[in-house]
Amino acid sequence: MSILLEPFEFEFFRNALIAATIVGALCGLIGVYVVLRGMSYIGHGLAHAIFGWAVIAATIGVGILAGAGLGGFVSALMINRVARRRTIGADAAIGVVTIAILAFGLALISLRRGFTQNFESLLFGNVLAVGVAQIVAVAVVALAVAGFVLVLYRPLLFTTFDPEVAAASGVRVSRMNSFLALALAATIVVTMQILGVLLVSAALVIPPVIARMITDSFGRMLWLSTAVGSAAGLIGVYLSWHLDIASGPAIVLVEAVAFVVTYALTARRNRLAVVDAHL
Amino acid sequence: MSDLIRLERVTAAYGAEPVLVDIDLAIADGDFVGIVGPSGSGKSTLLRILTGSMRPSSGSIERSPKVRIGYVPQVETVNWFFPVTVREAVLMASPSGRRGPRATPEEIRGATEILEHLGLGDLGDRHIRALSGGQQQRVFIARALMRRPNLLLLDEPTSGVDVRTRHDVMHLLHELHHEGLAIVLTTHDLNGIAAHLPSLVCVNREVIARGSPREVMTPDVLERAYGAPMDVLTHGGMPVVVERVEEAPLVEATAPLPKEHHEHPA
Repeated sequence: MSILLEPFEFEFFRNALIAATIVGALCGLIGVYVVLRGMSYIGHGLAHAIFGWAVIAATIGVGILAGAGLGGFVSALMINRVARRRTIGADAAIGVVTIAILAFGLALISLRRGFTQNFESLLFGNVLAVGVAQIVAVAVVALAVAGFVLVLYRPLLFTTFDPEVAAASGVRVSRMNSFLALALAATIVVTMQILGVLLVSAALVIPPVIARMITDSFGRMLWLSTAVGSAAGLIGVYLSWHLDIASGPAIVLVEAVAFVVTYALTARRNRLAVVDAHL
Repeated sequence: MSDLIRLERVTAAYGAEPVLVDIDLAIADGDFVGIVGPSGSGKSTLLRILTGSMRPSSGSIERSPKVRIGYVPQVETVNWFFPVTVREAVLMASPSGRRGPRATPEEIRGATEILEHLGLGDLGDRHIRALSGGQQQRVFIARALMRRPNLLLLDEPTSGVDVRTRHDVMHLLHELHHEGLAIVLTTHDLNGIAAHLPSLVCVNREVIARGSPREVMTPDVLERAYGAPMDVLTHGGMPVVVERVEEAPLVEATAPLPKEHHEHPA
């Protein structure tokens, strides 16, 4: 029993557990919109762009988090704008915008060989180095995003499901898209420090996909995805202690196992749905 | 009857190429209008201009302050794998402008009434994919009705559905029209839909003709709109469009067929 409770004696572990649980829930929540808009690749791309913006912010001497957040927001808006041109499409728009910004950041790093800033932690994340200030930042972003999703629940759902009819019904679609871009950028900035640029997209995509396999209701998908993300954060950090592996990969691996189990358990239901769709 | 929407010399374009040119159109209280024309003639664009989701490049649009629009998209554009139940689909269009997840008792009562009126009363918890074609179309009509509209706009409401569903949907629309709703729909189905409507507008970049089906569905108007000769017969008092069959053979033999093709098997 004492072995099971042993990690809780350490403050850094307790901090990591709280941060990973909140971040998991936050990614699960906002990821629902990312997945349902068919923009799963955006989490991956935007994390790369935000890394590029973090380098740019450090180069010009402004706060890395604020610079990366603002840059991420601008990148998400640019993606929305470029994706609207149908000859390009969302996936190519993400590829062009985000990788160009990442390349710019990498070019800056190579130019300034004396760069003292260590960007390695942003690439791979370090949940065990999370302090109280970071937990507060994560909690503030999570509360703001959750509040925004609750307050704008119906227009966000309408815009995600059917943007043309939403616009015809008086919903300000471009404003909803901007709100989502801002929420996503803020989510990635706070998550990146914990999971790392390379793993953020998995935390955004896997919980909503698991929830989608379980339910056909949007409302239920929203809270299920949040719960799955949160549980994966908690279990992942806890297992990482006992298995002596890095926390970020542990969280994503827990989500991946949950995905495989859910996929197997819901296989029959989904086969029936496919048959229904063809009848 | 007062005009709900009036378009004057409206021109609309995607990029540099105009899709609609100098359109004059007035939709009044109690109208039931079908917009017909070939593919790419600007029918859906005209509907987008009426909904306000597209701005014309020139011309003027006057909307009556009392106009409330309900818009029903083509079911073929719906993402059927989106996780949304019938009740969620209907309640996402809030008439009161409420944005939160919890529907008010009035909204729930309104949604229940509309779903029952449209024969969907027991299907509120079903996923939209798990419905028949006619039920699916009615879900989106129900969502549009949640806004308590006085003008219902429908884009190809019977596209891709079978004859029975087409009949059900048209029956429902006639019922809603009798209850006082003005209706404008686009259709490419001249015989199955357009011929049964009180009035038609035929477009192909510009308004080619408007009036009753008998006035619009004439060989001259149809040839100008569709660019192909068509004959119009009368059946049960209604016009029926048939493609004109040219007398010349479609394929002329340029060489005699090989001999074995003429031989019957033993």
